[in-house]
Amino acid sequence: MLEVLKRPVVVTTNINLNIVALTGVGLLSRLWHLSYPRAVVFDEVYYGQYISFYMNRVFFLDDSGPPFGHMLLALGGYLGGFDGNFLWNRIGAEYTSNVPVWALRLLPALAGALSVPMAYQIVVELRFSHCTAMGAALLLLIENALVTQSRLMLLESPLIFFNLLAVLSYLKFFNCQKHRPFSLPWWFWLMLTGVACACAVGIKYMGIFTYLLVLGVAAVHAWHLIGDQTLSNVLVLYHLLARAVALLVTPVTLYLLFFYIHLTLLCRSGPHDQIMSSAFQASLEGGLARITQGQPLEVAFGSQVTLRNIFGKPLPCWLHSHQNTYPIIYENGRGSSHQQQVTCYPFKDVNNWWVVKDPGRHQLVVSNPPRPVRHGDVVQLVHGMTTRFLNTHDVAAPLSSHAQEVSCYVDYNISVPAQNLWRLDIVNRQSDRDTWKTILSAVRFVHLNTSAVLKLSGAHLPDWGFRQLEVVGEKLSRGHHESMAWNVEEHRYGTSQEQRDRELELHAPTQVDVSRNLSFMARFSELQWRMLTLRGEDAEHKYSSTPLEWVTLDTSIAYWLHPRTSAQIHLVGNIVIWASASLATATYVLLFLWYLLRRRRDVHDLPEDVWLHWVLAGTLCTGGWALNYLPFFLMEKTLFLYHYLPALAFQLLLLPLVLQHVYDHLCRSRVQRHLFSTLVVAWYSVACHVSNKLRPLTYGDSSLTPGELLALRWRDSWDILIRKS
Amino acid sequence: MLCASGRLLAARTATSLPAPPRGRGPALRCPRRELHFPGNPDPPSWDCLAGRLTRASASPHRRVILRRGRMPPAVGRGLAGSELRLRRSRCGPRAAGRDVAIQAAARSPKRPAPGSWRFEVAGRRAMLALVTLLSFATRFHRLDQPRHICWDETHFGKMGSYYINRTFFFDVHPPLGKMLIGLAGYLSGYDGTFLFQKPGDKYEHHSYMGMRGFCAFLGSWLVPFAFLIVLDLSNSLPAALLTAALLTFDTGCLTLSQYILLDPILMFFIMAAMLSMVKYRSCANRPFSAPWWSWLSLTGISLACALGVKFVGLFIILQVGLNTIADLWHLFGDLSLSLVTVGKHLMARVLCLIILPLVLYMAIFAVHIMVLNKSGPGDGFFSSAFQARLSGNNLHNASIPEHLAYGSVITVKNLRMAIGYLHSHRHLYPEGIGARQQQVTTYLHKDYNNLWIIKKHNTNSDPLDPSFPVEFVRHGDIIRLEHKETSRNLHSHYHEAPLTRKHYQVTGYGTNGTGDSNDFWRIEVVNRKFGNRIKVLRSRIRLIHLVTGCVLGSSGKVLPKWGWEQLEVTCTPYLKQTLNSIWNVEDHINPKLPNISLDVLQPSFPEILLESHMVMIRGNNGLKPKDNDFTSKPWHWPINYQGLRFSGANDTDFRVYLLGNPVVWWLNLVSIALYLLLGSIIVVAMQRGAQLPTKVEGLTRVLLQGGGQVLLGWMLHYFPFFLMGRILYFHHYFPAMLFSSMLTGILWDTLLRLCAWGPASSSLARAVHAVGILSLLLGAAYSFYLFHPLAYGMVGPLAQDPRSPMAGLRWLESWEF
Repeated sequence: MLEVLKRPVVVTTNINLNIVALTGVGLLSRLWHLSYPRAVVFDEVYYGQYISFYMNRVFFLDDSGPPFGHMLLALGGYLGGFDGNFLWNRIGAEYTSNVPVWALRLLPALAGALSVPMAYQIVVELRFSHCTAMGAALLLLIENALVTQSRLMLLESPLIFFNLLAVLSYLKFFNCQKHRPFSLPWWFWLMLTGVACACAVGIKYMGIFTYLLVLGVAAVHAWHLIGDQTLSNVLVLYHLLARAVALLVTPVTLYLLFFYIHLTLLCRSGPHDQIMSSAFQASLEGGLARITQGQPLEVAFGSQVTLRNIFGKPLPCWLHSHQNTYPIIYENGRGSSHQQQVTCYPFKDVNNWWVVKDPGRHQLVVSNPPRPVRHGDVVQLVHGMTTRFLNTHDVAAPLSSHAQEVSCYVDYNISVPAQNLWRLDIVNRQSDRDTWKTILSAVRFVHLNTSAVLKLSGAHLPDWGFRQLEVVGEKLSRGHHESMAWNVEEHRYGTSQEQRDRELELHAPTQVDVSRNLSFMARFSELQWRMLTLRGEDAEHKYSSTPLEWVTLDTSIAYWLHPRTSAQIHLVGNIVIWASASLATATYVLLFLWYLLRRRRDVHDLPEDVWLHWVLAGTLCTGGWALNYLPFFLMEKTLFLYHYLPALAFQLLLLPLVLQHVYDHLCRSRVQRHLFSTLVVAWYSVACHVSNKLRPLTYGDSSLTPGELLALRWRDSWDILIRKS
Repeated sequence: MLCASGRLLAARTATSLPAPPRGRGPALRCPRRELHFPGNPDPPSWDCLAGRLTRASASPHRRVILRRGRMPPAVGRGLAGSELRLRRSRCGPRAAGRDVAIQAAARSPKRPAPGSWRFEVAGRRAMLALVTLLSFATRFHRLDQPRHICWDETHFGKMGSYYINRTFFFDVHPPLGKMLIGLAGYLSGYDGTFLFQKPGDKYEHHSYMGMRGFCAFLGSWLVPFAFLIVLDLSNSLPAALLTAALLTFDTGCLTLSQYILLDPILMFFIMAAMLSMVKYRSCANRPFSAPWWSWLSLTGISLACALGVKFVGLFIILQVGLNTIADLWHLFGDLSLSLVTVGKHLMARVLCLIILPLVLYMAIFAVHIMVLNKSGPGDGFFSSAFQARLSGNNLHNASIPEHLAYGSVITVKNLRMAIGYLHSHRHLYPEGIGARQQQVTTYLHKDYNNLWIIKKHNTNSDPLDPSFPVEFVRHGDIIRLEHKETSRNLHSHYHEAPLTRKHYQVTGYGTNGTGDSNDFWRIEVVNRKFGNRIKVLRSRIRLIHLVTGCVLGSSGKVLPKWGWEQLEVTCTPYLKQTLNSIWNVEDHINPKLPNISLDVLQPSFPEILLESHMVMIRGNNGLKPKDNDFTSKPWHWPINYQGLRFSGANDTDFRVYLLGNPVVWWLNLVSIALYLLLGSIIVVAMQRGAQLPTKVEGLTRVLLQGGGQVLLGWMLHYFPFFLMGRILYFHHYFPAMLFSSMLTGILWDTLLRLCAWGPASSSLARAVHAVGILSLLLGAAYSFYLFHPLAYGMVGPLAQDPRSPMAGLRWLESWEF
């Protein structure tokens, strides 16, 4: 202690002014006039509504990505004091004064700005020169598409930020590895790699590509470590464990944490409740919970229930019946039983109530004490409002002619007997004596006579069936499917034997009591599953594009147009940079193959350490580009130009590396080197010039004349908006 | 295994020696997959590494023999005893007699080493014959049952009939499999008259056994092929026998081989390709020799045939491709070979594995197209130009004017499959759906209402008036399309389309050809320059609405009853090029123009090839599962979760149920897990530099290289299905299942040897190994005895009934028998 006091307190720091300067210009380029335009720009209309949901803590479901990105945007809103009251209904709508535009756009802009110095550091860590590193950072700085994308409430720039952070911290970790394993910086950078990967995946599923890249590189390095026989077995084990914890356990935990925060924040019921299961809805404030509170848990003979289909596609709906009967003859000439229709109805309705009846007794009320229904029991289902029995028989269903018709039995005295006995089959039972529980049990109704199962077929009935969904009896032998499973959503013990009383009872709300809670893991897995399987309408979009058009920049997106002047924001890249980046990638791959083949024939063009750096740099940059780009060819969703930006960021890192390599190893004489440097400088000035030319479209702050706009339309496929005066 | 570690590579180079002249018959016979080049100087490492596998197992053993001064029980290989015992137990007195002879020979003190090798070869041949016989016997047993159509026979039998009748049809698979079925039917006297309408239809007097017999014949070869592949990869008879037993006794493979299906044909070619690849790699020490060339070209031929049956053949192509690349990479790295030699190697592979298969594949299509020359049910899927080839089609031998001119009467067909012709009729859009004007739809059938007249946008004079000169329509012209029957113009405006709300409505408007400026369309040929004439059939055109700038297209959605369930036509404001908005002109009537024969317009062979593939790929993509239906998922398959019902469902029917033999399948599943575990332990140990005893090293090399090869095959034939969006069936797993059975064979043989090797003396080790293999063989056979009714058919109560032959065997609730 005293020793410490004896010495003077000295702080020595090295400040790399390059980084400071780059951060400064980065911030300037991204934050300049950030709150302009004060109007909804392109996809802000989409993310904005989720920000509002967070502010109001209303539950929503968005299948586009995990919630971390949305939460990040909402954090901006929270810091800026946004109250969530803005109707995000159209692009170009003016923001009202309560929307803190600057704060909302701040976090993506910061992420974009910090990507610039980070690019510098990545190149330095790859052991290339500082000049090259400056080049990479400057390319990122002036690339128009990146600037546009980071100045708005969009998720690409945070994604790129975390992608680069993951790569940078892995490189730092890797460089620590040689000298000081298990030191503090070693641990810090290793953990940071895992954290950054988790954040990238948490923003968009796309982040998983970078995660895979880092994992792959780490696996190869770990493999070398295993082969290093100077290390003891125990030490190797420690190394592997540390990596597993940081790169596997941490990301998974963080990912779960994002969902935990997400679900904790969104505790109120909202417009997307319907998609979720009854149990999930019951866990939200004010939604189903308000209705289902205080319901008895176990369904008993005499219970009144509504039955919701668990699959719920194409629409979530409840088993339903009404007075109308099936038409005697369908349009296609087939006949029906002409009995009362049974359908699945996507809205709450008094006709959704059914009474569970014991076939052996006549009572429609619950005995005292209630007799619970168990797995395997035979029941009848009585439609509450019409007192008819759920029935199926060997008559073809109206639309799915291979399946049986389901009806509420009407006795027409024409030798069609009632077949209304159903065996209860609890799908998610713990034991064979399990009772039928409200909300929690998924049940199948197996018809006793024909062993058909009550199923939602997914087809819409025609007008005679009021466009409700068709319910059929499907042979069990065709395999189990979720559309055969139903759960009780609303439930109460019936008390009125008389039809008139029962109708009154059905119209009355159920009683109120405690709410039921679902565990976090159950909620998480349901939410995650729904997000992955939700299939939106195949929306075609004016500005959608295909991956092939991205490399050549054959497409662009009009983001915003000033309501009066022709000032506009347009997502379009710096064409010089895009072209040279693609060229650099091709050069890299060709050079790499060339060296590789020559090495195979024992010709070593490069010194060993240069070769290793060249391979590592290529794996990270080209690999990052390929992994973030090529999978899009397999995707069937609607794609946009901005999906290419993460891949582009990696390509921009590669470009200066290739230039330096050419300068160092391919230019033999001084003259060649001078010439090459001059060319590079000239090329960079052209890029800057192009960037400046496109600046009005990037920032959207100056109005151009139609002539100037036309002059900017360098490719026919760029859809620059020109106002007709 | 392609990324074998440095050590392995070193071992490989070290063992790839010139064949020493000492009397080593077995090594010469089976030099395995090591690359072998003359003049590689490194002899000393030969003994210490124990060389290739044959030597690894043969020489140490021989050393043991010498040391103990007594004769080995039989042929000069560690396992010979167990093999022979095994054979005796299964072949009866005849084989036993021969065994006595062998043993007698073995007991003679002057037995030379080559002699033992000869016995071994004889043993292997006998085993091969036995395995083949058993395979044929099981596949042909009760082949004629049931005497009705089972499952997909309804498709492939029908397609066979089409070939016999030479009618054109469309299928999502390439033609070779169906062509072979047709050929088999033709040769066996089937006349193509059976309708193959639906599963369950009785064959009656029609001859169907030829086609079933052909499929069973090809299916029977799978077992000997697998036997040979494993034998070559592991050089161990027990492993090969185990594999053969697993496949012979698998009810799934058996069922799938007994019917008129593509799968036995596909699997035959996949295994043939695999076998010839393995064989040619084992000839690597004698490159450019006759067997080397023949195996190499056989590989290419099998690849082409596999791809010609189903696109799944791509996976085996991928496997061969990866192997070839690895192979070339090693050759390239061998500095003792000159670049010229490497170039020769490369060229040989390009010739046999790329050019030969391509030529063959195209030849298959050429035959397909030549055989099917009559119009049939497949016409509508193909473009107009294609249809002109088919006799019986109304475009066949037709002669129409070549270039469009004003005044021509035309039909306009959408380029997308199954959308049809631009159509209008005297019915209006109903109230509330856009403007109440005449409907415009697309219609799949030929009809007078499909006829339109091309007119100039600004004059209404009759262009057919002989006093006017002929004026051709050119790319970029502004035109009007008048509906011939109703004299209304094709029209669009800013009203939303009936179903696709984001598009504009298209109507028929105006009276007697007089409308407004919303009737003007610009006609453009895709990828052409301005001023070009527009060709019938060949030009792909787009119609762009002049006022709104949208493109005429069909959304492919079916209109409700008011639209006669024809397809919706819209004008889409999105200018992206999709096939929905591209059209071509099919019929063309213009008396002022000279007719040319359509033969001139006939597509060339490459165009036909391309078109067939586009149509097939689109057809495959179109097979999407519906949301609310049960579909088979890839993860169901290896665990044998659910089978496929081939025939019958009720207890009175003759029921055949495609389900893998659960014992075999679950053993396979365990083996894959065990293999991965064992493999990673070994690889890590080697990477850590552990020194393995010579014998273990030989075994691990079999495990890593041979096992790795088949594991790769399993992965390539299984994992891609997870990415497929199309509807999948259980039987898609069977090619992968073949590979996983081979892996099981290799793994258990090696594993038992490894286990036995550790503490035990050599006789105990042999006993452990023999007992292990024998019990696996017997287990497979017994489970087949239990489950064989699934394949050979059963009548009577279902499995839940104790009287059923399958009572108590329904181990999973999801099985339906």
